[in-house]
Amino acid sequence: MDEAVWDIGYLVASILFIMGLKKLGHPRTAPTGNLYGAMGMLVAVVVTIAQMDFGETNNFILIISGLVIGGFIGYLMAIRVQMTGMPEMVALFNGFGGAASALVAASEVFRRINENNLPEGLELHVAWTAIGLSALVGWVTLTGSLLAMMKLKGGVEIFGTWYRTPTWGPEWLNYVKGLVLISIVGLLYMTIEEPGNQDYVIAIIVLSSILGILFVLPIGGADMPVVVSLLNSLSGIAAAFTGFIIGNNVLIIAGSMVGAAGLILTNIMCKAMNRQLIDVLFKSFGGSDKEQVTRTKVGSDPEEVAMVCDGISKCVIIPGYGMAVSQCQHQVREFADILESNGCEVKYGIHPVAGRMPGHMNVLLAEASVPYEKLIEMDDINSEMGECDVAIVVGANDTVNPAARSGEGPLAGMPIIDADKARVVIMVKRSLSVGYAGVDNDLFYEDKTMMLFGDGKQMMTELVASLKDL
Amino acid sequence: MELVTLIGAITVFILAIFLGFELITKVPATLHTPLMSGANAISGITIVGALIFSNTDFNGGDPGVAAWLAFFALILATINVVGGFAVTNRMLNMIAGKRGGK
Repeated sequence: MDEAVWDIGYLVASILFIMGLKKLGHPRTAPTGNLYGAMGMLVAVVVTIAQMDFGETNNFILIISGLVIGGFIGYLMAIRVQMTGMPEMVALFNGFGGAASALVAASEVFRRINENNLPEGLELHVAWTAIGLSALVGWVTLTGSLLAMMKLKGGVEIFGTWYRTPTWGPEWLNYVKGLVLISIVGLLYMTIEEPGNQDYVIAIIVLSSILGILFVLPIGGADMPVVVSLLNSLSGIAAAFTGFIIGNNVLIIAGSMVGAAGLILTNIMCKAMNRQLIDVLFKSFGGSDKEQVTRTKVGSDPEEVAMVCDGISKCVIIPGYGMAVSQCQHQVREFADILESNGCEVKYGIHPVAGRMPGHMNVLLAEASVPYEKLIEMDDINSEMGECDVAIVVGANDTVNPAARSGEGPLAGMPIIDADKARVVIMVKRSLSVGYAGVDNDLFYEDKTMMLFGDGKQMMTELVASLKDL
Repeated sequence: MELVTLIGAITVFILAIFLGFELITKVPATLHTPLMSGANAISGITIVGALIFSNTDFNGGDPGVAAWLAFFALILATINVVGGFAVTNRMLNMIAGKRGGK
């Protein structure tokens, strides 16, 4: 039988990937889409193993054990992760994918050099360019994703000591990044000139790893959704380059498709924040010139707030990153349940970039069994805010800051949820400090605003208790 | 490698990029995270490369650096694939369960 027949299997896998990705974009079909993707992967793996010639070796056992080990670790991580830790988990898996592509490339080049089996002519150019690019993109994805993961966590624990992840990036760092990139391209050219010299390949690996760190280092924690999404796109591209190395279409198709789709998703997120991708990546944001908070506001206590909430007919809850940090989604839900049992209509206003990842709030609230229909997207909830009695902002700041409407300052033009249109605004927040954009929030000081200063979980728990006591 | 094979591969590459751009247009915010992690799992297709090299490299009998790199790549790619699809499934079940189970 002609070996090319196996390629039909890869075609089937490609079709499953395309349909899967398409279906993943619609709420009703998303679970099927994920299943299609997984089936496509299974087909690709089975077809690959089925056409292998193991000869006299024990490779079959080796490969199966590799699959079992990886599958076991991956599955364990997937079922044990908390919903709040989801962004970090996606970043980590992403890094693994990039690393796998980069390692495949490295494996090919070291094998060829060791066996003294160097390609010539066109094949040399294609193979070595693909290997170089795969290594570049793959290692950048790995180190970038790992740093992004630590930034999402806020820090890293080494031998029991907690280190905060730094955000540091003077303007000249951009030139350094450019220089490193140019060096890598130069090295790539040199590997083709001198294909037998593995030092160049090692230099590419080292420089690419450094580039990934330099790339993510200046970007602040709140921009990590954009970065993770972009790195996801890059890990797809790395897989596509690996496809060029082994001459396999399914890798090229799946990889470049994910690369393009990831870029679109990145763009959707940038739009939601009203920022250009270039600005996110190369201009540090709101870091140096934070406004000093000079005004003060007297905080309220949960009893007062509970009394205000008694007998209202419409309430909108606006969650932010603070809810994720204090993990108070269950308390928020409990609070909503009590209001509802008193005949109040409760909805959730979800800002597209609330949290550290697109859809972060949706996933958290879904974990707390909040019905999907109650999560209302920004544009829809804004048309209802005028008739809302109480807006409760849980751990959000910039996404409800009216300064965004003024057309000035770092927040200018960012779409916000019009919490200030509600009759009473309750803000659950630790202090009056500025949000990520570094802009003071006028909403805090309005007469109709009540501040509940404290940890989200503690405040919501007390609020629920006071509400029950009424 | 023949030139025609290369051109063919580049054609597939470019067309798939356009396909990717077209596939994702309007996505509700709820699905952003699952879509990202689902796409991420698909990019674990590099597992095919890892599988192939895990075999060829050990054929010589003496597993060198190249072989171990491929084997390590296989483990990482499998974590990416299995973990990615499982975690996406978990998120989607949570979202879908709430909308249907009311």
